[in-house]
Parts: sequence; C-alpha cells; structure tokens
Amino acid sequence: MELFTNQVLAGIATGAIYACMALAVVMIYQAIDHLNFAQGEMAMFSTFISWQLMQWGLSYWAAFVLTLAFSFAAGIAIERILFKPLAKAPILTNVAGFIALFAIINSSAGLIWDFTIKQYPTPFGSAPFLGSQLISTHQAGMIGVTVLLLLGLYFFFQYTRIGLAMRAAASVPESARLVGINTSWMIALGWGMATAIGSIAGMLIAPVVFLEPNMMGGVLIYGFAAAVLGGLSSPFGAVVGGFLVGVFENLAGTYIPGVGNELKLPIALALIISVLVVKPAGLFGRHIVKRV
Amino acid sequence: MTTLLNVKDLRAFYGQVQALHGLSFSLNEGSLTTLLGANGAGKTTTLRAICNMVRSTGAIEFDGKPLNNRSTENIVRFGIAHVPQGRGTFTTMTVEENLQLGAITRKDSAGIVSDIERMYAHFPVLKQRHTQQAGTLSGGEQQMLAVARALMLRPRLMLLDEPSFGLAPLVVRDLFGILGKINREDKVSILVVEQNAQLALELADHAYVIETGRIVMSGKAKDIANNEEIRKSYLGY
Repeated sequence: MELFTNQVLAGIATGAIYACMALAVVMIYQAIDHLNFAQGEMAMFSTFISWQLMQWGLSYWAAFVLTLAFSFAAGIAIERILFKPLAKAPILTNVAGFIALFAIINSSAGLIWDFTIKQYPTPFGSAPFLGSQLISTHQAGMIGVTVLLLLGLYFFFQYTRIGLAMRAAASVPESARLVGINTSWMIALGWGMATAIGSIAGMLIAPVVFLEPNMMGGVLIYGFAAAVLGGLSSPFGAVVGGFLVGVFENLAGTYIPGVGNELKLPIALALIISVLVVKPAGLFGRHIVKRV
Repeated sequence: MTTLLNVKDLRAFYGQVQALHGLSFSLNEGSLTTLLGANGAGKTTTLRAICNMVRSTGAIEFDGKPLNNRSTENIVRFGIAHVPQGRGTFTTMTVEENLQLGAITRKDSAGIVSDIERMYAHFPVLKQRHTQQAGTLSGGEQQMLAVARALMLRPRLMLLDEPSFGLAPLVVRDLFGILGKINREDKVSILVVEQNAQLALELADHAYVIETGRIVMSGKAKDIANNEEIRKSYLGY
C-alpha cells in the first residue's frame, strides 16, 4: 500500500510537469492551430539561461523570475519573427518551421553550454517531505508551484479583460477583431505566456532529469500525450491529462510485469491511443453545442 | 443634417475577382439606411470593405476622417460596430462574456456594468440566459445577442449584415422593432443590409439598391417602396 501511495504521489509530481508542458502546447495550439514541436527545446533553453544566471551568482529565485521574463519576451520574439509571417502558409510549412526551431535551439544550447550533463539545484531541497518517506520536498515543491501557476492562469483567463480578449481571439478571430481586439498581438501574448509556462516546467524538472540539451525530449512527448488525452481544445483537460499520464506512467512501470523503466513510454502512448479510439476529442475535448 | 459616412468610388477585390465596381453612397448622422439587392450584388462586401476586411480602393470617410488603410480593430475604435453575417457569436463563451467583449475597447467599467443592465432591459431573454453558453441560444436569441454586443461599444454607427437571415417572421418583426427604437432613442445611426426588402423599407428612412457591385437606385425608403417599377425589377415583391 505504501508503495502504491508513493508511486501515485511521485506520478502526480512528474504529472505536474507534464501538465505545464501540455498547457503550453494547448495555448499555442488554440492560438495558431499548430502543435509546437519546439516547446520542449524552448523550455530547455530557458532552463539553461536560469542555470547561467545562477552561475553568475544570482540566487535561485532571482534567476527564476528573470528567466520567466526572458522566456516571455523570447516567446513573443519567436512568434513575431518566425510564425507571424507563416500565419497563412500551409500546415507543412509551419511544421518545417517548428522542426527548424527545434534544431536551432537544440544546437545553440549545445554550442553555448556543451552537451555534458549538469547538476541543477532545487530550492526545495530533497529531504523527505514533512518527515514522510512518501514524497520528497522537491516533488512537493513541483506540485505546489504548478498548482499556484494553474490557479493564477485560471484567474487570469476567467476574470481579467485581457484574458477574456485572448480567449475571444482564439475562439472566433474575426468577431474578436470586430469588437476591437488586436488578435495578432493576442497570439504573440499567447506565445509569450506558453514559453514562460514551459520554462517553469523546465526549471522544475531539471533537478530530476539533470540539465543537458536533450533533457526535454521525453517530457515533451508526455506533454503532447497529456494534451491529446485531455483534449487539445481544453486547457483544463490538458492539465488533468498531465496528472493522469504521470500517475499512469508510474503505476504501469511498477505493477505491470516486464514494463520497468524502458517500456513506460510505449505503455503510456498505448493508453492514449486507446482513449482516442473511444473519445477522439480527448477526455475533455469540447463538443461545441451549436444551433443554427 | 451632417454626413456621417461617405463612401466614394469603392472597388473591392477577392483575389483577382472584383466584387464592387465604383460604388458611392453616403449616410446621414442619425439615419437608418438600408442597402438592398439580390444575392451576390455586393451588399456584404460593402460592409466588409468599410471595416477593411476585404481589399478595396476608393475613399471611405467617417465623420470626415478617412478609414482607408486602418486595421479592422482600429476602425472599431471610431465607434463603428459591425454585426457580421452569421452573427459572429462567441459560441463557447457565456452570454454575459459576449456582452463584455462588445465593450472590450472601453475603459469605463462602471459604464460597462450599467450598459449590460441596459441590454438586459432591451432584451430580457438575454438576462434569463446570461450564464449560458452563447452557442446554445436559438437563432433569434443569438441575433439579439449580436445586436446587444454591438451596442455595448456605444457605437455611433452600427453595420448590420442581414439580421433577418434564418429567423422566423415574428422574431424578425420583433428585432426590427428594437432596431428602430435603438435608432430613435439611442441616436445610433444604422446601415442595414437586407434581402428582405419589404421589411427593410418599412424600417429605414433611406435606401440604396445595389446590382452587381454598383448603386443603381437611391432615395427615400418610402418612395422606393411605393415605386412599383423598382420593386418589380430589383426587389422582387
């Protein structure tokens, strides 16, 4: 029983990271209808920036905040420079753009910081959380930060005018422009926020997977899986999907004989395909009620 | 009476295809003007050109200021509210959020709150459903919502693209009654595009008839309604 609880809690902790990545993916998907394959690399690069800032002597939280600001600005810049000109281009052109971005960021990180694995600090420590062996303080911190982030985002989108405008721009762009919303900037803002959210995921998972240019590869696949499982049209679903995938991954690795660490990923993906066969829009994908 | 909207020699293009061929008309402050014409005559394109949603040449002046080369979202800030064809409802959002979006360019939060109440007084059905997803409203209710959303801008000019489309005759009567009231009481100038010529002419004070991208007839709504020849050849009733 203790093993089970332990695995579930650890799953929730990594699930929090998947939830952040899934949310970042969904935010950009809602804005431009494309999956951002470079989301993980962007998060990795941000994590390196925070590491570099700490190397220069900044405290963890100062580096954390500066990295958020950097990521937000970088996300906007990427949208303005690369994807705004591609807005009317065919899907494949956009896919090529994302792959190029992936390769550019990955190689630049390797060039600047090389490919050796680096230790990354945690501000929460790694002692048992509240004296219990079930979960470490860092894992508890991952969950805590994610929950705060999600609450903040919920408040932002539900109760602020700019959040309302962003939702409107994503759902019916033409009507949004007709009420005076600058939809183009709303998309850029979405990119900035998604990039900042991704950077939080990167900084929280780095102490676990260690810092190196390919650290986010697996995480992003789980993030995609979570987004698809929850429904690409639903930020709420993406978050729930993230936690579900995290828990399922751990339980499958522990209890299904022969799965172990190597086969965790295929098992998780198999689960997702099964869900999609039954519910193509994902668990929480919205079937929009429409009358004519 | 001052001219609020002045359109001169308007030509509009969809890719290589020209949809408007030098169309000119004007609208006085406080007037309720209708643009009539058959399917494909260029009525919708005219409204879209005013809001720069289609490539066009020619002069469009609003209150003496040129609108050309301004973005759609910028033109809204002049006080021009456009209710597009198909109503443009934010279907996944609540009725109240739709109304708030109509006022998204305004800064006076107290005024917005009181205007939402005013809209609920105009359209009681919207109050009953204010927390409901807008996509679940009936066609008539969505059209009411679209008009209310446009009014939330406190517009000087409202552009309406076929508000009667797909609605039951009784609902249309109701809606047109409200439009007339808004025009008279709130002093909002209205430009309405309609296929239902008979109803539009009853409502409007001035009318233009468009055929294949050109104005072929204009005058007082009453005169056009009473001219049997025009009615038969252009309006089909």
